[in-house]
Amino acid sequence: MVSPVGAFAAPVITDAAGLGVLVAALGVDGRRVIGPVCRDGAVVYEPVTKLSDLPLGVIDEQDAGVYRLKKTGDSRYFAHAVGPQSWKRYLFPPRQSLWSARRRGKGFEIVKDTPAPAPEYVFLGVRACELAAINIHDRVFDNGDFADPGYLARRGRALIVAVNCTRAGGSCFCASMNCGPRAEQGYDLALTEIVGDGGLRILIETGSERGAAIMAGFEAPLADKSDLAAARDAVRIAEEGMGRKMSQGARKALGKSLDDPRWDEIAMRCLSCANCTLVCPTCFCTSTKDLTSLDGKTAERQRVWDSCFTLDFSYIHGGSIRRGTAARYRQWITHKLVHWHEQFGMSGCTGCGRCITWCPVGIDITQEARVITESFVKGG
Amino acid sequence: MAAGKKPRLAVWKFSSCDGCQLSLLDCEDELLAVAEAVEIGFFLEATRAQVAGPYDISLVEGSISTPRDIKRIQKVRRQSRVLITIGACATSGGIQALRNLSDVDAFVNMVYAHPEFISTLATSTPISDHVKVDFELRGCPIDKYQLLEVLNAALNGRKPDIPAHSQCIECKLSGTVCVMVAQGIPCLGPVTQAGCGNICPGCERGCYGCFGPKEAPNPAALSGRLLELGMDLRQTRHFYRSFNTNAGAFRDESARLESIDG
Repeated sequence: MVSPVGAFAAPVITDAAGLGVLVAALGVDGRRVIGPVCRDGAVVYEPVTKLSDLPLGVIDEQDAGVYRLKKTGDSRYFAHAVGPQSWKRYLFPPRQSLWSARRRGKGFEIVKDTPAPAPEYVFLGVRACELAAINIHDRVFDNGDFADPGYLARRGRALIVAVNCTRAGGSCFCASMNCGPRAEQGYDLALTEIVGDGGLRILIETGSERGAAIMAGFEAPLADKSDLAAARDAVRIAEEGMGRKMSQGARKALGKSLDDPRWDEIAMRCLSCANCTLVCPTCFCTSTKDLTSLDGKTAERQRVWDSCFTLDFSYIHGGSIRRGTAARYRQWITHKLVHWHEQFGMSGCTGCGRCITWCPVGIDITQEARVITESFVKGG
Repeated sequence: MAAGKKPRLAVWKFSSCDGCQLSLLDCEDELLAVAEAVEIGFFLEATRAQVAGPYDISLVEGSISTPRDIKRIQKVRRQSRVLITIGACATSGGIQALRNLSDVDAFVNMVYAHPEFISTLATSTPISDHVKVDFELRGCPIDKYQLLEVLNAALNGRKPDIPAHSQCIECKLSGTVCVMVAQGIPCLGPVTQAGCGNICPGCERGCYGCFGPKEAPNPAALSGRLLELGMDLRQTRHFYRSFNTNAGAFRDESARLESIDG
């Protein structure tokens, strides 16, 4: 599926005004553009209709348990790293109705509703780690044994405008997960912001026929070699500025360290609040809820985001399997970094760093993996 | 419940402010449906008409704080097939359980002109300390949608969908940005049970813990973070001592902080 660069359209170079034209062009024909906007002290993914909706000059200072937005004189619109939300919110919404039913006699009948057509989203500002996360969900929700029609419908219609990171956040470690910071594939268009003497310039690369169709009506000069080199240099700054790094031996070490005393030590600090799993762009666990009308004549089954950090999540006949927080944290991190490989043939972590930043007490997956890996290496 | 016969509902008040009972009247759009589904046997807040027990469902508001309460709750229990406690008072003792940490006689002497007329207990305790409770609905006040869900589930013979997980999950589901991480605002959300409808974090305030401790909470870890955010030991202790001061995990954590503070 990887096409050579320039197979669909040659890269072009534009400026902030050109970006404004592009944003407007993305939002025609009934498409809904979702992109980064500032709300309540964070960059979140919400509807974008014009250039001024984007967080111009806004950067985020991120560390374990800390996120602060800062307005700077930076001319970039995408100088922030990833925020608390991910595209999961749109492709795999927090609450979904699965089916509804009507009582009939002593039983019930399923109400056959024609599902509303999936919205045609344009995701503007998808980072390399997020492309990797979407790729993971593509596998999870269509894996040969099981296919999720709702996800696939939304995903199939979504247009992806990636942004190559030119600044890394303090919790970022995508480079050590081989997931970024440059978007290599899986996008329709990819933007790279280049800040130079002449102000902001934006390289636009086209990665699909749909992307090429958008660019067909877009007038901009072709990028030359120096533009491409400047874009590469800009992304290299992000690559070299990663705040964190995943230990390379973590996959092997964690899988063989199920009795490490560190799990109990983590449990002393862990709130089991589930924030890490809900901000994670790849966590996909849900629970189902059966709701009834008060008169008992109709019922509905809903699927709602859940987390392996709740007691109820592992509740089966006789009680919860993972009663202690140590077992729950271990389940989460080993699924993410070890067993995901066995289940889906890939890592469940993309190095976005959200679980580190949005943990209220700042538990750091890279630090915990490092401590356990080092102890495994020493012990082994 | 016999087929064709409406289940009989009673609403009882103990030591409380009536706010939780009002949540039932506050159902407005759904109130007629509730009135259709049940026979209201006893609900003084709504009607003076009374139908004698037994009752299929009793909603109990308020805590046990007087000798008379102790006798009366036994009577209510005997008359009730299903007994559901509603609100922080009934489920943990309420804000009036702050008395449990002090000398109640000193308060009585200070407040009342004739303390000799006052018959009160030294403690305010949840209903479940005194009788068997079938379901506890948290909150100060309770959330009307959760109340409807509990009634709905009881009427339809199914398990109520009232998660015991953290407030954080409710914030994340509704897209609310974490006020503690993004703004450094102290918040009890990570140790508090969800259910309020995201009221405080939704308007950029920290959670006050109105719904009491979540399942298996870790308040000691949260307190460490609250101290780092600039709260002192006294403020942190008082953070846990409000509407659910007597709820196990909150009570124990505030006592632990007090023992450190000396």
